Amino acid sequence: MSVPAILEVDNLQIHYRTREGVARAVDGASFSVPEGKIVGLVGESGCGKTTAVRAIMGVLAENGSRAGGRVVFQGKPIDAGNTRPLLWREIAYVPQSAMSSLDPVYTVGEQIVEVLTKRGGAARSAARARSAELFDLVGLSERRLADYPHQFSGGMRQRAAIAMALALEPSLLLADEPVTALDVIVQRQILDTLRELQQRLRLSMVMVTHDISVVAYLCDEIVVMYAGQVVESGPVREVLARPRHPYTMGLRNAFPDLVSDAMELVPIDGSPPDLRETLTGCRFAPRCPFVETACLSHALAPVTTGGHLSACRRDGEADALRAAALRPSTWLRP
Amino acid sequence: MAAPVNALVELRGVAKHFPVARSLGEVVRGQHPAVRALDGVSFDIGAGDALAIVGESGCGKTTLGRLLLKLVEPTAGTIAFDGAALAGLSGEALKAFRRQAQLVFQNPFDALNPRFTIYRAVAEPLLNAGIDKSEHADRVAEAFRRVHLPDLERYLDRYPHQLSGGQLQRVVLARALVLTPRFLVADEPVSMLDVSVRAGILSLMREIREEMGLTAVYISHDLALVRYLCERTVVMYLGTIVEDGPTLEIVRRPRHPYTRALVAAVPVPDADQSRAPLPIIGSVPDARDPPSGCRFRDRCPHAFARCATETPPLRAVGEGHTVACHLDLA
Repeated sequence: MSVPAILEVDNLQIHYRTREGVARAVDGASFSVPEGKIVGLVGESGCGKTTAVRAIMGVLAENGSRAGGRVVFQGKPIDAGNTRPLLWREIAYVPQSAMSSLDPVYTVGEQIVEVLTKRGGAARSAARARSAELFDLVGLSERRLADYPHQFSGGMRQRAAIAMALALEPSLLLADEPVTALDVIVQRQILDTLRELQQRLRLSMVMVTHDISVVAYLCDEIVVMYAGQVVESGPVREVLARPRHPYTMGLRNAFPDLVSDAMELVPIDGSPPDLRETLTGCRFAPRCPFVETACLSHALAPVTTGGHLSACRRDGEADALRAAALRPSTWLRP
Repeated sequence: MAAPVNALVELRGVAKHFPVARSLGEVVRGQHPAVRALDGVSFDIGAGDALAIVGESGCGKTTLGRLLLKLVEPTAGTIAFDGAALAGLSGEALKAFRRQAQLVFQNPFDALNPRFTIYRAVAEPLLNAGIDKSEHADRVAEAFRRVHLPDLERYLDRYPHQLSGGQLQRVVLARALVLTPRFLVADEPVSMLDVSVRAGILSLMREIREEMGLTAVYISHDLALVRYLCERTVVMYLGTIVEDGPTLEIVRRPRHPYTRALVAAVPVPDADQSRAPLPIIGSVPDARDPPSGCRFRDRCPHAFARCATETPPLRAVGEGHTVACHLDLA
């Protein structure tokens, strides 16, 4: 790819200690974020997408640790030991529920001023002026800086969280399901704001979501995760139009589409594996309609074709599999 | 309105106002502000139909669902179930209604008591309805069969935390079906589930409804999803119905300016989709003080003088399709 990467994640391994043993939440995930692009990190609950993002920031839960792999940000390896000075200034975060990042007992303005003064070293007066600028940037009225978080609607809170994340002009924005809890019209308005800011400020972005429609609307690249690994990645247009991995094909069939002619959604039978168990072969194999005996034992071997990566043993037959995947009967289990 | 030939549920001028905390000024002036969650809603639900009620937070869709199940009483208007007014039900008739009308909860992770076994959770409605205990095992087994949970014994003694989201949602459905109801209200029945699992639950709900001849109301914010479940959709905005018609018509040729914005706002899983600005202004106004006339007028790009003075009634624009708008947007 011609655009240099601002972030590279290479063979990342994140383990959580649990009472029932070690869960390999992220198990050898690799992807990169090209400078000035929006990457959609998609997958279902427990696929490791949120863990991957928290690991990039070096803020894993107490029982989590990086067991291997590298994260390189702007050419320098980063880990939990050295991310702290980068947070807010270089790498900023927008959570799913802004309520969890905003303190209910301070006005929203005070909280943005605090980020600017404590983290950014700005003088209070300059910080106040800058907060007003930031509110304007995300489409909020300056008057609302004096309000408390509970006086904001869900969409306004999300805008405030974005304003706060942008306070110190980071170069990379990590957003974890930033529009999931919002109504569809508000969701669209926030997505448009994010896109506009990303272009105006030349931001790079990772958007964690379960919603492939949101990725299709907003993102340039897509990374599909399943059971702690990346199964497919590439340009959004290419991956959604011509998925090469059976999981992505299945996800596409199962996803509601307002404008398609299909009158039925096709589920993927079964559920993801327990990540506390020792897993061999392709993790999607037990649910895959195209599984062969060798899939159960062969380790993951990603194949890249023109910037489009797929981790399927049968990638050579991807076109034929895709045609078969469009037939609902393919996904029916006896 | 083209009333269904055989209506199971009939709503006439149904309103629900919730009182809200008063400011000092309002106390002094003797005012009693209220959120008009639902304001004069009339429609019929045909026996055996699947109806979607769609709208954003605060549009009144959840309140409407609760009214349909007589979980709250309307401030004004009447709701009739099978010809009998809900307000007048008491004693045996009320018990019979409670057996026939069931709610499917939104979040399967919250809907079940974590300390009850799956068997007890599904059998509980039978107990509450005073069904003889000797019948319980058979009826629970029947409900499990309907929701395609094979090998029943595997589940009965388990607790909710031992089940996956998809299994839990099937248990929640089984619980709603154990009394063999005629009418089901499901509030966002799959919004908490993963995509690959969701599709299975949706087709299961369709199958159950057809098999049992159920009348069902699905309350959802997700137009893309109800398209796969319901032939008819009612679109609500700030406590009123703005459009009511065949789901495919509404999705493909929305007639009300609000429905148009709603449809345009839904992203689709295709990189080449319209990113044109939405045909809507600002955000949802305060439900305590909705605009006069058409409630959508201050957000409507087509609004004109009449919209402020005259509330547009629902009028027919096609076969079983009504719209509450002064304009005829084709």
